[in-house]
Amino acid sequence: MKLTGAIILRTLLERQGIRILSGMPGGANLPLYDALHESHIQHVLARHEQGAGFIAQGQARATGRAAVCLATSGPGATNLLTAIADARLDSIPLVAITGQVPQALIGTDAFQEVDTYGLTVPITKHNFLVRSARELLEVIPLAFEIAESGRPGPVVVDVPKDVLQASIEVSSWPVPGKGQPTPPCADAQIDELARQLHAAARPVLYIGGGAANTRAAASLRQLSQREDLPSVCTLMGLGVMNADAPLHMGMLGMHGLKGTNVLLNEADFIFAIGARFDDRATGKLAEFCPSATIAHVDIDPSEIGKNKKAHLALIGDAADVAERLASRMETKRRPEWRDRALELKRQYPLHAPADEPLHPVNVIRALAASLPGDSIVTTDVGQHQMWVAQAYPFSEPRTLQTSGGLGTMGFGLPAAIGAALAAPGRRGLCVSGDGSILMNVQELATLAEWNLPVKTVIFNNANLGLVRQQQQLFYGGRYSASRLDKAPDFAALARAFGIPACRIDRDTEDPLAALREALSGDGPCVVDLQIHETTNVYPMVPPGAANHQTITEPAYA
Amino acid sequence: MILELHVRNHPGALSHITGLFARRAFNLDAIFCVPERERDQSVIFLQVVDEPRLPQVEKQLARLYDVLSIRQRPDLGCEFFANLAAAASPVSTA
Ligand SMILES: Cc1ncc(C[n+]2csc(CCOP(=O)(O)OP(=O)(O)O)c2C)c(N)n1
Ligand SMILES: [Mg+2]
Repeated sequence: MKLTGAIILRTLLERQGIRILSGMPGGANLPLYDALHESHIQHVLARHEQGAGFIAQGQARATGRAAVCLATSGPGATNLLTAIADARLDSIPLVAITGQVPQALIGTDAFQEVDTYGLTVPITKHNFLVRSARELLEVIPLAFEIAESGRPGPVVVDVPKDVLQASIEVSSWPVPGKGQPTPPCADAQIDELARQLHAAARPVLYIGGGAANTRAAASLRQLSQREDLPSVCTLMGLGVMNADAPLHMGMLGMHGLKGTNVLLNEADFIFAIGARFDDRATGKLAEFCPSATIAHVDIDPSEIGKNKKAHLALIGDAADVAERLASRMETKRRPEWRDRALELKRQYPLHAPADEPLHPVNVIRALAASLPGDSIVTTDVGQHQMWVAQAYPFSEPRTLQTSGGLGTMGFGLPAAIGAALAAPGRRGLCVSGDGSILMNVQELATLAEWNLPVKTVIFNNANLGLVRQQQQLFYGGRYSASRLDKAPDFAALARAFGIPACRIDRDTEDPLAALREALSGDGPCVVDLQIHETTNVYPMVPPGAANHQTITEPAYA
Repeated sequence: MILELHVRNHPGALSHITGLFARRAFNLDAIFCVPERERDQSVIFLQVVDEPRLPQVEKQLARLYDVLSIRQRPDLGCEFFANLAAAASPVSTA
């Protein structure tokens, strides 16, 4: 049977089990859109390709499986770049399929031609420029396999229009691509890790996004309890441990609690799993856990020793290592170390003024209290993101979606849409800022169209708050381009998109009740929440400083 | 130090490899690449600086999908590339 490249591509996606994908059509990928017209694959029309990229990320972050986004050549492809780079830094499996000008025109500066292949080399796990319809049969399954195997990441498949239009005989279909298991590390290594961990007096479990799955979480929780092993999480690891577990110390690093960073400073053994010793987590590297032996478990060999020398290195899948480790660890009580951790938690709680209901920390706790534990929370980037990381009691892996590595404003809304599409029946909360929301605000149209249960709460402080905070603390209060004057009326804006909305401020009678009320309906809604303009995120470690140099008090009254 | 890589031979493979050096701020002093087998693979020799970050360079290269194998070739002295260049130019500049 003769089939066009476009039909082949569509069929391969169907065979991969793709049910829903997002994108934007244009000249170069019109043959593919024509083929999709007769597919059971549902297409979500994003209003900007960056939105499509982040919708796919929201799906992938919710499920752990590769999701797909589509864009046309030229500006379509360049608009996708930010979402692809973001997926790379947070190790999110993504298959981005871009249209390209016909091969005969490549290299001629044709209309809407850009070198998508060249542009995406540094921001993908791998990329392809497909040269014939037949190659699709090999490349598409391979793209999924690469995206999902080992350390996940984005793969770009650039498909020239003539490849989509060419007809070839297809007699059989390839096996769909999927993540290949990572070879398990040797028993002897697990034994050695168990021995050293067991022997340590003051060990800390340091968890990153590589361990963010239910299997790893179950074993690590068990391990922490049985061994009196306090735990800390990176931004990407939040939810792996239950926030309410007595020995869980929350997020470490720049905006971690002081007690958390102090505990790490006193540790004699660090068991790092799926974490990459990133500068936001470690602060000044030379002074991070100065007296600790470091055991580092990662699926990516290049992470071992990249930033911090590991005394013991295990290459493997976090869930596999955690399970095998948990199965051979005996109970161990460390009463002194346990008491030290509990004392540090008591001594340095998160600041939440009781007389200020609209203090961000109080708002986030109220939001959490009115949502089921499996709700998916997305954030944008800024102070509100850090308040969520500090105060939202995540209790399951993959319930927080946030742009950790790239720190991309505009991530939250489209990611929440993707999460809601991938996890029907669960509620979605997007915590955004008055700056960030405008970066992908067009996706409110997509949200309205799909009528998903995504509640967007805009923490409106009339500022690029995190920038303002840094200018206050480190640039002598010279506020340069951080004030957001002439903000739109966000509630009116949301209503213009057809989404119910309200505004809550200090004059609202019982503002937290109003917030609960806004969250209660089934469809989308937007809340413009007026918070204090100059509230800062504390604690904070100044960029470049050591983690024990935490600022806990406002430097300026 | 000279590294020997065996890689998939396609038009983009070299840009992945050389791009990595620029991107991660590693130094690459010399490069020599020839197709091998049925031209579906290439062998690449890279002259790199023997600095503490060299193991990281090797791991990053090994992580590329197109890189099939990588090893150090301490037996090839630094005159390896000089000899190649000399052989290619009829007029010796030495
Ligand atoms: C795309 C992008 N541009 C610029 C920045 C730098 N940046 C980090 S936080 C921030 C301010 C965010 O403001 P807002 O969304 O209102 O959040 P707030 O800090 O006020 O809570 C900026 C500009 C970024 N992270 N991403
Ligand atoms: Mg703001």
